[in-house]
Amino acid sequence: MHIDLKTVKIDPLRQTFANVADRIGSDKPASRYQEATLGLQPDANFHYRPTWDPAHELFDPARTAIGMKDWYAFKDPRQFYYANWTMTRARQQDAMESNFDFVESRGLAASLPEDLKSTALHLLLPLRHVAWGANMNNFSICAYGYGTAITAPSSFHAMDQLGIAQYLTRLGLLLAGPESLDIAKQAWLKLPEWQGLRSYIEDSFVLKDWFMLFTVQNFVLDGLLYPLVYDRIVDDHLAMRNGSAVAMLTAFMTEWYEETAKWVDAQIKTAAAESTANRDLLSEWTRTWRERAVSSLVPVVTGALGEQAQVASDEVLGQFNSRAAKLGLSV
Amino acid sequence: MSKVFIAFQANEDSRPVIEAILEDNPDAVSTTSPAMVKIDCKDRLVIRRESIESRIGRSFDLQEIQLNLITLTGHLDEDDDQLTLSWKR
Amino acid sequence: MDMEASKKKLGLKERYNHLTRGLGWETTYQPMEKVFPYTRYEGIKIHDWDKWEDPFRLTMDAYWKYQGEKEKKLYAIIDAFAQNNGHLGVSDARYINTLKLFIQGVSPLEYMAHRGFAHVGRQFDGVSARIACQMQSVDELRHAQTQMHTVSNYNKYYNGMHSWRHWHDRVWYLSVPKSFFDDAMSAGPFEFVVAISFAFEYVLTNLLFVPFMSGAAYNGDMATVTFGFSAQSDESRHMTLGLEIIKFILEQDPGNVPIVQRWLDKWFWRGYKVLTLVSMMMDYMLPKKVMSWKEAWEIYGEQNGGALFNDLARYGIRKPKGWEQASIEKDHLSHQAWSTFYNYGAAALFHTWTPTDGEKDWLSAKYPDTFDKLYRPRFEHWEQQAKEGKRFYNGTLPMLCTTCQIPMFFTEPTDPTKICYRESDYKGDKYHFCSDHCKDIFDYEPEKYVQSWLPVHQIYQGNCFNPGVDPTVPGFDPLRAVLDYYHTNFGRDNFDFEGSEDQKNFARWHGDDAGGA
Ligand SMILES: [Fe+2]
Ligand SMILES: [Fe+2]
Repeated sequence: MHIDLKTVKIDPLRQTFANVADRIGSDKPASRYQEATLGLQPDANFHYRPTWDPAHELFDPARTAIGMKDWYAFKDPRQFYYANWTMTRARQQDAMESNFDFVESRGLAASLPEDLKSTALHLLLPLRHVAWGANMNNFSICAYGYGTAITAPSSFHAMDQLGIAQYLTRLGLLLAGPESLDIAKQAWLKLPEWQGLRSYIEDSFVLKDWFMLFTVQNFVLDGLLYPLVYDRIVDDHLAMRNGSAVAMLTAFMTEWYEETAKWVDAQIKTAAAESTANRDLLSEWTRTWRERAVSSLVPVVTGALGEQAQVASDEVLGQFNSRAAKLGLSV
Repeated sequence: MSKVFIAFQANEDSRPVIEAILEDNPDAVSTTSPAMVKIDCKDRLVIRRESIESRIGRSFDLQEIQLNLITLTGHLDEDDDQLTLSWKR
Repeated sequence: MDMEASKKKLGLKERYNHLTRGLGWETTYQPMEKVFPYTRYEGIKIHDWDKWEDPFRLTMDAYWKYQGEKEKKLYAIIDAFAQNNGHLGVSDARYINTLKLFIQGVSPLEYMAHRGFAHVGRQFDGVSARIACQMQSVDELRHAQTQMHTVSNYNKYYNGMHSWRHWHDRVWYLSVPKSFFDDAMSAGPFEFVVAISFAFEYVLTNLLFVPFMSGAAYNGDMATVTFGFSAQSDESRHMTLGLEIIKFILEQDPGNVPIVQRWLDKWFWRGYKVLTLVSMMMDYMLPKKVMSWKEAWEIYGEQNGGALFNDLARYGIRKPKGWEQASIEKDHLSHQAWSTFYNYGAAALFHTWTPTDGEKDWLSAKYPDTFDKLYRPRFEHWEQQAKEGKRFYNGTLPMLCTTCQIPMFFTEPTDPTKICYRESDYKGDKYHFCSDHCKDIFDYEPEKYVQSWLPVHQIYQGNCFNPGVDPTVPGFDPLRAVLDYYHTNFGRDNFDFEGSEDQKNFARWHGDDAGGA
């Protein structure tokens, strides 16, 4: 059909949907992130109580002790919605694929010093279970949380954690073959150095308050684990000892942590700024679980760092504490 | 007799896939509607990686068909070399 | 660990197992029943979760790669559509009303599917089952968001879309899709997955996303057809998951068979009733038609669903109870539905109209046994009234079926001139139903369905007026008050297409000041 548009002026009747305009004003067009996020979740007239949780509505702000006037106060600094999330990850995945190819085709796996390889495998392979636990917890946050602004990025975060678990698995397959995965799983289940971390995660699985879970998993545990394992050990300790092949295979994790920590910080900061009650709760959760996280991580990194483990953990903890303080928590 | 079917967006990327299916499954019948090509076949339909590769002159991962796939029916079995839809298992 | 092991290329299946199943473990610091607390109360017995297989074997690397490519293609088209005023390229402004129904009724369900699959993607005990559900969860978020982005451009220029969120949770006909999904999500995880993955995705979404989207293409809406087909390519993964899940549950324990059969009976009917809206979109709302509802039902319902139920017969599963009745109704469904919306056109948030002469002839040809005899006279009568300046608007409110929440307009399966009424008593109250199957669903779980937020009941109870509205003042107009509570732009969102702002603008933007379709 031919349309001669030059002669006709076509003015929009409105800029965006009411659920978006209610939050950004009706005088300007909304961004893709805003239209994909603001007010997307239903919040009224649910027909039936869930048979699996009759004390609550299907979506219910009372599933956490955190209180918010507006659950869309939470913002994602990355402005992720499905399309830009998945395209960002596709680009990173491309780079990771080249890294895996490079390590494989240059025989870098074979040239890794044996002790170093064993250190890397002992440390990293059981962490695929930790990432899998983080995946479960973030789907809990997505399923039982309130408001698309925080639940949607939690589902991306969960898928990312599955991606991390799978990169670690591929690392094991490439460096040592399938049996290495079985050995790592036995270590995860049986070896004393892993039991603190495993009990931390299993205990987090049964937490009912989804914002507490967010704090326990995304803020506290990952906030200590990623800097310690990927910064201190993989990118630093191993790389200095001719182990940069390992760093290539975990490049995603380093980059991902840097990106996602900003999102996690923004959520904690927004909740803490809302009220003293929120700030007290978040501070208390952080203090309680932080002690557990540190004491679980020290034995895990001792294999790689030896007597440096405690010092490194203390340093990472110090950084974590100042991060928490900056977000408004008293820790 | 039960029919299985698979449908693709009608575009250039789908063409070699559709040609390969029609050649590898003599009973398959294709129907074109706006923006879509649907292929029906009785009981079973096979998509072979090699048949597609021979048409496009590069290697092809069967998971790539998802880019232009619209719908399908039947039990699906996929390995590196072929994808089968069938009602008899 | 020798290098040979890693050099040997792992096959798709083996590699997939390492990347998924291998990640899980039996918890010991917390009992498994506490970690997965919801998978036992429905009576479904699972002995070995590892028997569950994802036929597509998607891992995150491939997922990101292919989904990223799909999104790149889709957004290129959405952008081009917006930049070139693509909305002016559709066949006829009446077409845009299908998109209103879509964003009001369907997109919110995509969102619910996202949250529902997040729930089961957390709760199923088996790792591969969880991963497949998780991928479905984010896929469904994709569908909700891409639909927002596509319809966003239409919303800028046309009415009936701006307050979809508010409407979906309140408006009378939108409680049909809303209650459908709330029903599934408030059920246990196994029932949810049978309801949505299987009954909805496998048996029913083809009807919405395949012939209807092909119709969108035919009517010149490339943005919608692209999100539709692109979404359906995810749905085909979900359908495969649905089939796999059902086989898995049935194979795990013979005791599961009767439970699943009951769910299939229920959810086939629940889903089919929601499709009532789709039937009229196809037969009445697409100006250029690809295929009738009846033909679509024969291909995607009867043939495809039939093939599936033949296949499941080996487990002792029979066709759902409402199967025959749906087949009888295929000659009536769209006509009865559209007539009802025409009637209540003042309270519907899209435009309605009587079919043109050409469309009436098309309907006669597609429905030779029923259209001329039963439905043509009705439309001609209304057309005549409208010509005389007395466009018929029904000012009363319809009685709703307590289960499916559709107004009671369906006729007896044996007599298309008689409205079908069924009722049940529960704890001293009477409940009304549109059909035997809706009554059965209620009777099995009355404690659930008595909770229904029935829009018409709510209106009569005074719960659907804005704060401060006084229904006792003289001259109070209840319909107008309800439409205010709905946040309707009165006179712009509702009433006949003829004379609507959409119609006038579309004509004006085409440089046709005379107006008219
Ligand atoms: Fe969907
Ligand atoms: Fe009903």
